[in-house]
Amino acid sequence: MSADFLYGIEVVINGLMAGVLYALVALGFVLIFKASGIFNYAQGVMALFAALTLVGIMEGQVPFSHLINAIFGTSIHHFGWEVPALFAIFLTVLVMIVFAWAVQQFVFRHLVGQEPIILFMATIGLAYFLEGVGDLMWGSDIKTLALGLPQGGSIWVEEATAGLGGDDFYGFFIDKLDMVATVVAIILVISLIAFAQYTKQGRAMRAVADDHQAALSVGISLNFIWVLVWSLAGIVAMVAGIMWGAKSGVQFSLSLIALKALPVLMLGGFTSIPGAIVGGLIIGVGEKLFEYTIGAPYLGGATENWFAYMLALIFLVFRPQGLFGEKIIERV
Amino acid sequence: MKMKTLAAMALGATMAAAPAMAELVIPDLSYRTGPYAAGGAPFSDGYQDYFALLNARDGGIGGEPVRIVECETGYNTEKGVECYESTKGEGALIYQPLSTGITYQLIPKATADQIPIHTMGYGRTSAANGEVFNWVFNYPANYWDAASVAVNYLLEENSGDLSGKKIALVYHNSAYGKEPIRTLEALSEMHGFELSQLAVDHPGQEQKSQWLQIRRERPDYVLMWGWGVMNQVAVQEAANIGFPMENFIGNWWAGAEHDVTPAGEAANGYKSLNMNRVVDYPVLAEIQSLVHDAGNAAGDGSNLGSVLYVRGMYAAMLAAEAIAKAQEIHGVSDVTPAMVRDGMAALEITEARMAEMGMAGIGPEFAVSCQNHGGSGQGLVQQWNASAGVWEPLTDFISPDKSVIEPLIAEDSAAFASENNITPGCL
Repeated sequence: MSADFLYGIEVVINGLMAGVLYALVALGFVLIFKASGIFNYAQGVMALFAALTLVGIMEGQVPFSHLINAIFGTSIHHFGWEVPALFAIFLTVLVMIVFAWAVQQFVFRHLVGQEPIILFMATIGLAYFLEGVGDLMWGSDIKTLALGLPQGGSIWVEEATAGLGGDDFYGFFIDKLDMVATVVAIILVISLIAFAQYTKQGRAMRAVADDHQAALSVGISLNFIWVLVWSLAGIVAMVAGIMWGAKSGVQFSLSLIALKALPVLMLGGFTSIPGAIVGGLIIGVGEKLFEYTIGAPYLGGATENWFAYMLALIFLVFRPQGLFGEKIIERV
Repeated sequence: MKMKTLAAMALGATMAAAPAMAELVIPDLSYRTGPYAAGGAPFSDGYQDYFALLNARDGGIGGEPVRIVECETGYNTEKGVECYESTKGEGALIYQPLSTGITYQLIPKATADQIPIHTMGYGRTSAANGEVFNWVFNYPANYWDAASVAVNYLLEENSGDLSGKKIALVYHNSAYGKEPIRTLEALSEMHGFELSQLAVDHPGQEQKSQWLQIRRERPDYVLMWGWGVMNQVAVQEAANIGFPMENFIGNWWAGAEHDVTPAGEAANGYKSLNMNRVVDYPVLAEIQSLVHDAGNAAGDGSNLGSVLYVRGMYAAMLAAEAIAKAQEIHGVSDVTPAMVRDGMAALEITEARMAEMGMAGIGPEFAVSCQNHGGSGQGLVQQWNASAGVWEPLTDFISPDKSVIEPLIAEDSAAFASENNITPGCL
């Protein structure tokens, strides 16, 4: 096989892996939109906040230390202990649950019955508020996520496939972190589906997603379900924050990963978990393959961002609800 | 009685609002929040702490205390312009915009307001032509100098011959990232190396395609013009594909501690350019004792001595020296922005003076003139030692190839002059 063809396959494989990372971000959007009809602009910032909190807890950082020092003239930064990774993840999950409760209690409970655009605006405010709180709590420096996740190309894959082509082919490159992200995403999606299908709370969540008023009439607490959904979105955001943060360090740019999820949502639909996964994979492969075949050789490169949106736009024209989204038919 | 109280309040308010007369006002357009805060905070800390040191140790500059007016830009061009507009009325003497985007917006404004701008190692490269850009200074070096310094370093590494070598430029897909392309293309023709260009879209969190391409094409060297998260991801991706770190060289905005620490040991050996040398200068100990220990540090003190802190301190030193020069030229201590411009245009930085200030060898020796606002253009190469967690200077200051850069500066500044009806000349 020619090296060009094999490298094309490599691009597809890496596109699939990148797609999984995009899907991880998109999942959080889908969970909240499906259950409450809110497009959560703050999802990217939630990923940042969760990752900042995880690192802060692991390193024993004193929250709001800059603020405390500025007010009281003290010089405190760390408690002097380190928290094991798994326990820190557990504590971060608790923080995200408290955050979900606070969002529901102080924001959306007061906006019940408002237009979707009002709810969307509220999430914009929430995003900037959360970014500011994250900065005050944990500082704006770049933090290293020391979870021990493997990084770098898999030597085994590279050596096992090097013989497939000629001297110009060096074997497939597959990042070990992307492999881990894929496994984590699979576990996460299976867990979410199992939760939704086989637990009482999960079934209640689906009922709310189908029809709020009908769910309310059979005694399901909308308030509880919305806290539950925001908590799940917070946990998904934490996983996305960990995977992206492992690549770049935990820093405020993490909030921009939401930009990568938008074309995935447009393509996969805002209400479908499988849609987020398939949409992520299509966007990941599509943008990487376009960059490899046309973008880099003929257009000067850096085509991935706009190509992802263009691809999503094409899907949108022919299927406005996305690949797996629910078709909304309003009868007059 | 009521009228008296009101009059007293109005007088008090006026006195509080009016700028103090005998103060040297220096705005600090900082960015301590947002995606680029990790780079903005240490620079701003160094910039402010040096002036705080001058206030504490010398009573300011020439007996006049310095007053810093900090304004948060968030590295956002619109906010940067707002900061300029809101601070210039305070009696601002010199601006350090710390962003190429903000600089481009401020060039016409500051020129009209007659307030000098110092864009150290960033901004509009052709501002080095002082006859066109009377109010803009970019000493000690600019982007085109940086590209040439990098190539000259590689020439040294390859016994003066780069013919047949492959050099890839990984750049931020923005006006900033594209700055070195013309220079590198000219140098590629001159030295016979093959230049490939790989653009990375903002913000640069996803670079898999670019690094797979590098893995396929196997360039001998990779140069990087990055900023923000692009740097950390690039260093990690280079390590992932097993690219030799000693052949990977970032520019001076891709060579701070936070650019390499997320990749851990894998970043060991990565190189970058620097316009200032980073070592443990005696002046840092003075800042520690007279500023930080006195509770007057601009930040939390954690950035003292870091690459960007030292660069901010170096920028403050250059501003302070220009103000001192202005005081000397005009024979007054309470200088105006126009006088500071004169000081900048007559600035001379010598090794003896740097040693006297407790920062021997921090930058190259250079002299500014009416024609040359760009300084010597020299830069050095530093290398990351991951186990020690420090950037180590690898070379002395390397000169750029002025025979390539000066015609490019002349061409670009002439175009600017023609577009803006400027008749080149000295003030």
